[in-house]
Amino acid sequence: MKSNWFTAAIAGALFGIGLALSGLTDPRIVQGFLDVSGAFDPTLVFVLGGALGVTVIAFRFVLRLPKPLFDSDFRVPTAQRIDRNLIVGAAIFGIGWGLAGYCPGPVLVGLAAGRPEALYFVPAMLVGGLLAQWLVKRGE
Amino acid sequence: MSGWIGALTGGVLIGLSATLLLWLNGRIAGISGIVNGLTSAPVTDRGWRLAFLAGLLLAGGLVLHVVAAAPPREHFPRMTLVVAGLLVGIGTGIGNGCTSGHGVCGLGRLSLRSLIAVLVFMATAMLTVFVVRHVLGASQ
Repeated sequence: MKSNWFTAAIAGALFGIGLALSGLTDPRIVQGFLDVSGAFDPTLVFVLGGALGVTVIAFRFVLRLPKPLFDSDFRVPTAQRIDRNLIVGAAIFGIGWGLAGYCPGPVLVGLAAGRPEALYFVPAMLVGGLLAQWLVKRGE
Repeated sequence: MSGWIGALTGGVLIGLSATLLLWLNGRIAGISGIVNGLTSAPVTDRGWRLAFLAGLLLAGGLVLHVVAAAPPREHFPRMTLVVAGLLVGIGTGIGNGCTSGHGVCGLGRLSLRSLIAVLVFMATAMLTVFVVRHVLGASQ
């Protein structure tokens, strides 16, 4: 089923503006948050707090609707099991996130703004994503 | 906009974006999932992903360019960027989500899987920063 492109672009733009204003495109701020034993930087707490303040409340109402406004049904993950892939994947992601201070959203916005570090990080991240697809398929 | 006001504003915008995408399109605003789906999802399920990412890159890149946050880091090892990018790509692919998919959206849905993922990647990220900065003694 084709999902509405226009509304997806609006949501993407809002997400990108949010990331650009949040400060998370600066890896020093992210690593400052992760450096709990050093000069702790609380910026990420405000970003996640602001986002969750909206989603925790709004998602409850949205997910009670019979279907989304411009699509036939909600595509929400149905998996419940805490499996090895979830734990191992999250652990690997955390190591990469800590090493450079970038997670996927902020580094893509950085790439669009011409940040030089993103030129090295993003292609590697895309290759990593393809590798993961191959690994998961092989493990099934 | 800087500091906690930018962080909170950015966070709220990210939460609104995630709410819009769920309400209008019925999809989860997880950046790694949206990117990885470009190659793994059925062809009819790829257009909205491209539209979302186009909005994110254009609006986010433009705003980041205009707000001109702190100047980029200098002399951060390129090899570290590539390794970190690979790990982020592999980890989010295997673990099915990143800070936005598991953090903003998963926690917003009160998903136990996402809570576990967030705790795991926060822990390994903090441990990584601790080891790099306070055990190996790197300056950044």
